[in-house]
Amino acid sequence: MNAVVRHPLRNERIRAALAQLAVAAFVLALVGWLAAGVLADMRARNLVPGFDFLRNVAGFGISEGPAFAPTDSYGRALVVGLANTLRVAVVGIVLATAWGFAVALARISGNVLLGGMARGYIEALRNTPLVLQLVLWLSLLRALPPLSEAIALGSVGAGAGAAGGAAGGAATQTAWLLLSRKGAAVAWWQLTDGAPFLALDLPTTGRFGYDGGLVLSPEFAALLFGLVVYTGAFIAEVVRSGIEAVSHGQLEAARAVGLREGQALRLIVLPQAMRVIVPPLTNQYLNLAKNSSLAIFIGYPDLFNVSQTVGNQTGQFVAVLGIVMAVYLTISLGTSLAMNAYSRRARWVGR
Amino acid sequence: MRIRRFTTALTNGTLALGLLAVAACTAANPDAPADAPVADAPGDPGASTSITTTGATTSSVPADTGVTTAGASADASAAPAPASSGGLLATVRQRGRLNCGVQDKLPGFGYLDPSGEYKGFDVDFCRAIAAAVLGDATAVDFKPLTAQQRFTALQTGEVDVLVRNTTFTLARDTQNGLDFSPTTFYDGQGMMVRADLNVDSLAGLDGANICVGSGTTTEKNLGDAMRKAGAAFTPVVLEDTDQVFSAYDGGRCDAVTSDKSQLASRQTTLADPTAHVILDLTLSKEPLGPAVLQGDAQWADVVNWVVYGVIAAEEFGITSRNVDTFLTSEDPEIRRLLGVEDALGEGLGLTNDFMVGVIRAVGNYAEIYDRNLGPDTPFKLPRGANRLWTEGGLLYSPPFR
Amino acid sequence: MMTARAYAIVRRHGAWWLAAQAALTILAALLVWWTVPPLLRWLWWTADWSVVTANLRLFILFRYPTEAAWRPALALAMTVAAVGLAVRRAAARQSASGARTLLWLLGAVLASFVLLRGVGSSVVPMNLWGGLLLTLILAATAIGLSLPLGIVLALGRRSALPLVRWTSVAAIECVRGLPLITILFMASLVVPLALPDAWRPDTVLRAIFGLTLFSAAYVAEDVRGGLNAVGAGQYDAARALGLGSVAMHRLVILPQALRAVVPAIVGQFIALLKDTSLVLILGLTELFGVARSVVNQPEHLGRFREALLFAAVVYFVLCGGLSRVSRSFEMRGRESRRGRAVERT
Repeated sequence: MNAVVRHPLRNERIRAALAQLAVAAFVLALVGWLAAGVLADMRARNLVPGFDFLRNVAGFGISEGPAFAPTDSYGRALVVGLANTLRVAVVGIVLATAWGFAVALARISGNVLLGGMARGYIEALRNTPLVLQLVLWLSLLRALPPLSEAIALGSVGAGAGAAGGAAGGAATQTAWLLLSRKGAAVAWWQLTDGAPFLALDLPTTGRFGYDGGLVLSPEFAALLFGLVVYTGAFIAEVVRSGIEAVSHGQLEAARAVGLREGQALRLIVLPQAMRVIVPPLTNQYLNLAKNSSLAIFIGYPDLFNVSQTVGNQTGQFVAVLGIVMAVYLTISLGTSLAMNAYSRRARWVGR
Repeated sequence: MRIRRFTTALTNGTLALGLLAVAACTAANPDAPADAPVADAPGDPGASTSITTTGATTSSVPADTGVTTAGASADASAAPAPASSGGLLATVRQRGRLNCGVQDKLPGFGYLDPSGEYKGFDVDFCRAIAAAVLGDATAVDFKPLTAQQRFTALQTGEVDVLVRNTTFTLARDTQNGLDFSPTTFYDGQGMMVRADLNVDSLAGLDGANICVGSGTTTEKNLGDAMRKAGAAFTPVVLEDTDQVFSAYDGGRCDAVTSDKSQLASRQTTLADPTAHVILDLTLSKEPLGPAVLQGDAQWADVVNWVVYGVIAAEEFGITSRNVDTFLTSEDPEIRRLLGVEDALGEGLGLTNDFMVGVIRAVGNYAEIYDRNLGPDTPFKLPRGANRLWTEGGLLYSPPFR
Repeated sequence: MMTARAYAIVRRHGAWWLAAQAALTILAALLVWWTVPPLLRWLWWTADWSVVTANLRLFILFRYPTEAAWRPALALAMTVAAVGLAVRRAAARQSASGARTLLWLLGAVLASFVLLRGVGSSVVPMNLWGGLLLTLILAATAIGLSLPLGIVLALGRRSALPLVRWTSVAAIECVRGLPLITILFMASLVVPLALPDAWRPDTVLRAIFGLTLFSAAYVAEDVRGGLNAVGAGQYDAARALGLGSVAMHRLVILPQALRAVVPAIVGQFIALLKDTSLVLILGLTELFGVARSVVNQPEHLGRFREALLFAAVVYFVLCGGLSRVSRSFEMRGRESRRGRAVERT
């Protein structure tokens, strides 16, 4: 037995340990360096590190979302922002999915006009920046009539003079759907005072806005619409390539057993395509959620937008940015983990 | 083996980082030589005309500006050394260019014109400072800054002076470690509403949608004022002034709040100017002026006295066109202002005739105002509080002696 | 005859399906009828395009001196040539060209950067960069730098060393989990704080830093996909030849993996072109920023629809054209993966 004496650096384990140590040292040094820089800057600007400022009175208003008054705290403002982000993201994901599937079907429908339009739409939206689209959508909403001349669908009645009568005698309108530069208002079920059940509440045009109903602000509408049509274009392509990935033999076999085209698509092709579609679809959902941060360019008070206002008022940009990043990471990583678990299960079941 | 793979990775990584670092280092060097032909060109294709073209009729700088200012700058280098060599004044001199933080999306105050030049009221004060310090009103590198970036840019030395529609407040003076120069524009936050609403107070706006710009004190002032008035409201917060006013003009909001100068100047550009009224109330005082970093008294003095100088020039009636005739004036105060007598400029670390260069380049306060906001511009903004003290305004320069 | 065919179609699809088709066609036609004429009317009569024509120089070069415009042109030609050459080599399957091709690309991008900025007395300060020029610079530099970084991260993610792997995974997933706008904001906020004042990087460099970091995480995942696509037999064969890990990756694995991800990288580049529109948050004025800025000129107040639409068309031509070129290459190269606009932010 002549033991080969190896140079310690030749030893795999030692080298592995050294390499890892180097990485750890690098990461720690980087983090420490950044932290030191940030703290030094805060000291220079007489800012107190920490999150105590979140309890201070905000002083500004927020246009929509859960009730918020200027006397509420900065922390509450961020919570309202988060609620607004989640609202637009969840509604957007549902609508974008439906829209994306519809466009994909239009593309493969064989209908020349419809297919061509779908294609043109997909190309146009995928090849221009979302932020530009959002700003354009918002500006298009300004082409709607003013509040006093709101478009009413399913009009129920027009009254004379708004509350207080100071509105210059402008007539009020009540309808199932009202559209104007102030946004849209639709009939919605609401818990009215005294009644133990949900009653349908029809919107009415008031002096400054809508009374009752479910009100969608122009900013929310533009952001939602922009996110849905943009993400929908990507989802359509995901769905189309998923469907195309299903072997043609499956479709022919379905026809052979007498299924109609629609049935074949619904019963045979789509279930198989879903296995291909789900992972990239998850990515698109996450993209939509992240893209909702572009709300700041059109004035919808989402988490990032509110955080910028808080940062401007308090100077605590680093702390606020840290909170925002942590929230987005939680949403993204949480969704990824859930969807990974789902697709792992789907794979086992599918085989 | 895997470690070797890792070493490859590490080498690649270091290579990439190294290249980044090289790029950063070559680029981080802000000291572009003053006389670099290319560096100079973009700032001033036709230096002497650049400043005067907007006003069309207001002022026309004599064609010989270039020659005289060149002389001034030669004097500057020959002038006695500045009091403290470590100060910003010396740094700017050495660099040959002034880094000025401005706003690039505020019509009338700071914007980019089609030829790629910055124009506006604030921008002209940058040029005035450059004319005073460097003898060349075109030796300015403009840095457009967002509201969030502006103080950090000053603190890190990215800009030498901030002339970006910044309100002088106690917190900014102390917390952000700034020093404010004399107010160049007395403003106040106001409120414009649609005339057909028949509103004359904030309380009348209970429940209204109000458009407001983000990233400033405006949002908070609005919250405070409406709270005081006991009125609920929905703020529609938009990023820059163009968006704020197009949202208001488009009927998104019932009212818009902003600095009164903005309200008045923008009213004329709305689809139907007569359909809007500016309420006769002030939500807050907004004195706007240049700011410098605290702790460099010499540099702060330079900026202060350039501002006072253009005000004083208006008091004496000295304009960019007639400044040469004043060089032979008998009035001792004019003689001191223009550096014909005494050595006031040297005390600041400048040349004695620094105000001559400033006035030649940008004119007096009235000329700056009229060129950017006055009757010949789309804004037609009345002087209001920004008249001389002798005419009932707030502009007042301490004596030059 | 006709009836027989019609009957066959009805039998195959069902009457409802046909009725739905007809309804959809009519709906589509109506949609076209409602939207296109007013749009054309607006484009031709209502719109005032002087905001674009007067500011064409700002849109393209921003404040970059016109006398030095040959420099961006040369840089563009150089980069396009380098990319073309790289693509050709990749298509020709010249082995062992991976690393060198990559270095070329990186070299071309950095050389372009240096050319644009200049040295000594010919320096064009970066605060003069903007418009379409800046859009292209940001996207090209970020993709060029994120390639090596992304490859490092992808290899790190497959490393057997837990710490290396965890760090790579954490870096990739964190970046992918965040909106670009927060990363850009961080780059503009934290980077100058962390670095000593003497090397305060210019805003353009901060934007490049943020975009590179962001893009690298996505490139890493593309590269990982490419690495996974390389068969295990390739590893065995390389080892059988006695190649060490470095040589194996350099000569055998990476060239194949990278060739497979070329379309995906093109997609990343297109996505970056669009994403650069967010650097507005740092105060930079690229194409979208110019559109936002010029509407503040007194004579063009309120003309934002025209300015934005013009910018949108430029983006569309750029991105659409690129994805078309990439697709035609793909078809030629029988690659099954699609290199079209990858979406994320």
